[in-house]
Amino acid sequence: MGPEALAQVLRPLKGMFPTAAYPNLIVGLEVSDDAAVYKITDETAIILTLDFFTPVVDDPYDFGAIAAANALSDVYAMGGQVAVALNICGFPPDLPREIIAEILRGGAEKVAEAGGALAGGHTMDDREPKYGLSVMGLVHPDHILTKGGARPGDILILTKPLGVGIITTAFKADVAEPAHIQAAVESMKKLNRQAATLIQQVGVRACTDITGFSLLGHAYEIAERSNACLRFYADKLPFIVGARHYADLWLFPGGTCNNERAYSHAVRFADTIPEELRQLLFTPETSGGLLVPVPPDRIDRLLALFAEANHPCWVVGEVAPGEGIEVM
Amino acid sequence: MVTVDARGLSCPQPVMLAKQAIDKGEFPIEVLVDTVTSRENVRRLAQRLGLKVQAEPSGDGFKVTLDK
Repeated sequence: MGPEALAQVLRPLKGMFPTAAYPNLIVGLEVSDDAAVYKITDETAIILTLDFFTPVVDDPYDFGAIAAANALSDVYAMGGQVAVALNICGFPPDLPREIIAEILRGGAEKVAEAGGALAGGHTMDDREPKYGLSVMGLVHPDHILTKGGARPGDILILTKPLGVGIITTAFKADVAEPAHIQAAVESMKKLNRQAATLIQQVGVRACTDITGFSLLGHAYEIAERSNACLRFYADKLPFIVGARHYADLWLFPGGTCNNERAYSHAVRFADTIPEELRQLLFTPETSGGLLVPVPPDRIDRLLALFAEANHPCWVVGEVAPGEGIEVM
Repeated sequence: MVTVDARGLSCPQPVMLAKQAIDKGEFPIEVLVDTVTSRENVRRLAQRLGLKVQAEPSGDGFKVTLDK
């Protein structure tokens, strides 16, 4: 579902659960974020999120691992750690059991890698396979990272390269090179756990993960909730090898157009930014990295921590006074 | 006139079919699509390749005509 349609159908529900009546619901529909957060004591809040989708790659184990990493990511984007997860499954009745077992193994091993426990799930018959997780995480209520915490002067970092969306689209169209697919699969399978731990070590206020609404869509949510402008430097944005090539061939999925329609009103591109790069930045990502506004006095320490951990991290822009998104 | 029927297909399939027809070099080409997204993607691909593009409603969808 595109962001515009989603906002429209959710609108009637927004006022039903006001903060005044549900004081422990720290993050809900009123100001939506990567996941819901519910405070149970002054020291503990639970994070609730779920995500599932149809296969993005052929290998069933990889599909399970990617779907799980993608679902778990919302917990990290809120600043939490994974506690428990449940499977969400839809499978065709004639899908071989060994394939289903591989999907579930891929998901379960990711949950274990995240330090959580897989505790159950629900399966239904479906024409197209679907898999994902419902996840519960834990966070100290004072350490929740929301989309509203960015401040002018913050430096924007990104913890995974962009481009998996267009590469998986090229793959579905049978024109992607195996090396490009492999790089995209490895990126999508990678948990955001370590990146989340590192940003918590230096202390940040805001974070989101880059998924279906694209870099610019998710960045816009931060800009809007933080009343600030997010400015990206196009030449600093990292892409998986192959992504720019498929953009040149105009192999954009339909989701690119939905995102462009929803967010282009808020995005100002420098004249030098070519059309295919603009489209690429509106292209949905799957299990993308964390986009984090980092207070300027903490950026050097954070970059040193990422370097020490041998974890990739790119400085891609800054937060400025104003509104919306700038790409220059 | 070469006709590419891309109705019922989602992106990037209409773009790929249009590109295949363009590469053959026989013009004009009319591409039939049934969504605004497909129409815009075919239009932009053709513009990038320096072709003349005209789009108009056709049936339940659109007809995008490409020419040199």
